[in-house]
Amino acid sequence: MNKGNFLHKVYHLYYDGFRQMTLGKTLWAIILIKLFVIFIVLKLFFFPNFLKQHADGDEAGYVANELVERIK
Amino acid sequence: MFNNLFLDIDAGMIDWSRAQFALTAIYHWLFVPLTLGLAVIMGIAETKYYCTKDEFWKEAAKFWQKLFGVNFAMGVATGIILEFEFGTNWSNYSWFVGDIFGAPLAVEGIVAFFMESTFVAVMFFGWNKVSRGFHLASTWLTGLGATISAWWILVANAWMQYPVGCEFNPDTMRNEMVSFAEVALSPFAVGKFCHTVTSSWIIGAIFCVGVCCWYLMKKRHTKLAVESMKIGAGVGLVAALLAGATGHKSGMDVAEVQPMKLAAMEALYDGGTEQGLKIIEGIEIPYGLSIMATNDPKGFVPGINDLLNGYTTPDGKVEPSVEEKIERGKKAIEALARYREAKFASSDDGETAANNLAILKENMKYFGYGYIKDKNDVVPPVLINFWAFRVMVGLGCLFILFFAVILAVTYKFPKALFKKYDITTLPAWHYWIAILLIPLGYIASESGWLVAEFGRQPWTIQDMLPTWAAVSDLQSSSVMITFFLFLVLFTTMLAVEINILLKQIKKGPAL
Repeated sequence: MNKGNFLHKVYHLYYDGFRQMTLGKTLWAIILIKLFVIFIVLKLFFFPNFLKQHADGDEAGYVANELVERIK
Repeated sequence: MFNNLFLDIDAGMIDWSRAQFALTAIYHWLFVPLTLGLAVIMGIAETKYYCTKDEFWKEAAKFWQKLFGVNFAMGVATGIILEFEFGTNWSNYSWFVGDIFGAPLAVEGIVAFFMESTFVAVMFFGWNKVSRGFHLASTWLTGLGATISAWWILVANAWMQYPVGCEFNPDTMRNEMVSFAEVALSPFAVGKFCHTVTSSWIIGAIFCVGVCCWYLMKKRHTKLAVESMKIGAGVGLVAALLAGATGHKSGMDVAEVQPMKLAAMEALYDGGTEQGLKIIEGIEIPYGLSIMATNDPKGFVPGINDLLNGYTTPDGKVEPSVEEKIERGKKAIEALARYREAKFASSDDGETAANNLAILKENMKYFGYGYIKDKNDVVPPVLINFWAFRVMVGLGCLFILFFAVILAVTYKFPKALFKKYDITTLPAWHYWIAILLIPLGYIASESGWLVAEFGRQPWTIQDMLPTWAAVSDLQSSSVMITFFLFLVLFTTMLAVEINILLKQIKKGPAL
């Protein structure tokens, strides 16, 4: 890659930036742990898509039935 | 409140789902205002560096950017949990509003990702690698990206309080967007955005002044403390005055589209013209509420009983009683049931479907009232609204005074009053006051959200869907588990953030 071109400069901005991080390393570690907990632990085990599980593909029909029945 | 509901769903599920949503939103909101506020502080510090080329301002900008970075990193993705909760705990609501929420949240995701990830990287990694002008632009664009993100989230929230630009499709059971501009530029959203962002600048300013006072108390980084304090107090005073003005606009919006919220905020049971604004029960500002709600000292403001029983305004506008709205809501829901039966039954009955569709459309405005069993269920918790509003406004007034005094002392203006004070050598308790105001800033901000969200109860979408129709048919035990899981997780993360922030403040700038 030509050292003078734009993409090379962008690459080095990020590459050098990440290499020289000090506090940033701790913050990135926290962000990654947090994303793991949110997307892997919480989403997979505690927050399923309720309608996908209960509506058998007819979400509109399921919600219609729910909203009509709850008036009774 | 839910005693009169004859539902199959677990009533505890509603309360636990609300509590979980509130916990997550409150936690998320600890990070957002400081991000928006510090963005302005660091932007001004770097602008000073750009204008003066003084290395002092470069280090000052870097210092505030570092604290911004810690807070930004800790807040990343905490709002996503709210979207998970929509899909699991609030599935009826989530389906009912899906198309309206989809657009602003998608725009928010794209803008946040591209703007923030690009310009944050230039801001932190780009010193001495990009031109000073490009770096300055990146710093401001980082803050602008965060502010634009807030815009789209507040558009989604404003739509729940004032649903516009949509049409309910009984075939898909979703509200479909008919005008993106009406949703994105709804006057309610504009007012909410301006008030929320200006109040967030106050938090950034209070934090900045508090940190500066800590340095002055410790006799460290005195120049940074004094110069940053001038920025913080200046931003804070402007922001607090703007928050007052935008708060007035928000008050007028609420009076127009959520009069029950305003009545609850004021504990006003019997309304009328020339209404005073209560400071506390028994002490009031004459005409204050009428001015706040209508910009007219003689303006009419309905009370809770007026709204429950129906009323006619002095200019002849008739507002139906809640009981009439309940009847119309029931008509709408029954028409929906008959429409779908006729439309989707094996023998398609076009005429019956068309007739019921017409009835549904005619009464759709009051759809949500069909789920109300007792008219008093539409009254939000008065005590919480009354006091949360007073805490927010009272602290807002205190902040105006605080920033004005800080500016007067730092600039020694007027000289006759302040020439004997030196901001760097005040007794320690003066600095402690500024430091202790930091949590009060958060309390004011969270109180504003309490007013906004408790005040619209029982509606998840104003007049369209109450909480007990919006919630999923789940057992409350599953929500209880995640509630306490979040409590532990959020408390831990908050402790980690405060710990890192304090370490960085103790370390100070590289000056």
